[in-house]
Amino acid sequence: MDDKHAMHARERSRYVRGFLFALALTLTAFGIGHLYGPQTPYVYLAIGVLGLLQLIVQLAYFLHIDRRRDSREDLDLILFSTMVLLIIILGTVWILGDLHMRMHMGMQL
Amino acid sequence: MRHSDHQTYPGINLGDIDPRHQQRVETAQFGFWVFIMSDLVYFGLMFAIYITMIDAQAGGPGPHELFDLRSLFAQTVLLLTSSMTVGLASLALKYHLGLGRVYLWLVATLLLGFGFLTLEIMDFMNMAAKGGVPQRSGFLSAFYGLVPLHGLHVATGCLWLVILMIQMQVVGVTDQIKSRLMRFGLFWHFLDLIWIGIFTIVYFGGLAYG
Repeated sequence: MDDKHAMHARERSRYVRGFLFALALTLTAFGIGHLYGPQTPYVYLAIGVLGLLQLIVQLAYFLHIDRRRDSREDLDLILFSTMVLLIIILGTVWILGDLHMRMHMGMQL
Repeated sequence: MRHSDHQTYPGINLGDIDPRHQQRVETAQFGFWVFIMSDLVYFGLMFAIYITMIDAQAGGPGPHELFDLRSLFAQTVLLLTSSMTVGLASLALKYHLGLGRVYLWLVATLLLGFGFLTLEIMDFMNMAAKGGVPQRSGFLSAFYGLVPLHGLHVATGCLWLVILMIQMQVVGVTDQIKSRLMRFGLFWHFLDLIWIGIFTIVYFGGLAYG
């Protein structure tokens, strides 16, 4: 019973810590976005990196995805989907951005 | 008793499910992951369209006139908090802390979801009042194709949660209900992941490059 109690406390603290990490990352992103404006050089880059970090934090703390053997299948699935996603998004942006440039429409990507 | 600290399945694990059902539950859970990942690809397409459309404002209102960062921040915090409360609900169920606690966290999740949707709809109405309607420009069409799609998912999640709570009330906490709650938690966490992409790419990206 005590063991169960300790386990519950540990799992709960995992969710709470994940929440606090994610909240801190959100606050930082909005904070620098608000203070400096997203158009300032490197500010948007920082916001992007913070977003990526938050994705990782939520995957680890809320969805319990890590490199352990029993979550390997999910990790494979997520990595494969991410690859498909990157091909779709980067491919679209590349090709349409190129088209835009050739049409002299001045897309700033 | 199974060694319940061993997380047999990532995502939310409810621990003491009957071992005979374990295999089936895991299969269903993995199937749900596959659905979520295909949903992710759909969202990815909408993100790709939005990114290519950021410039296509056709002289209409752009991100700087339309986006309200304070409301966006409130929505972000509401959704993030609801992601934690759904996790706490599943823990309350896993460790038998009483149905009262389970309902408490689920109702909190539902209310946070409603709060998020209310703010989002108010945002859309404010945008429309400033002339930011879907048919105004390619940028706005892409915006309204993506952000309300996420809102629709949240609304569907709320409906799902209401149905799940009614089922819990009627049939009690069976293994099947537990397995459904696991999948609901997965879905809800996924929506928060998408939201990170939305506020980073759609809103901040729009403000940075639009």
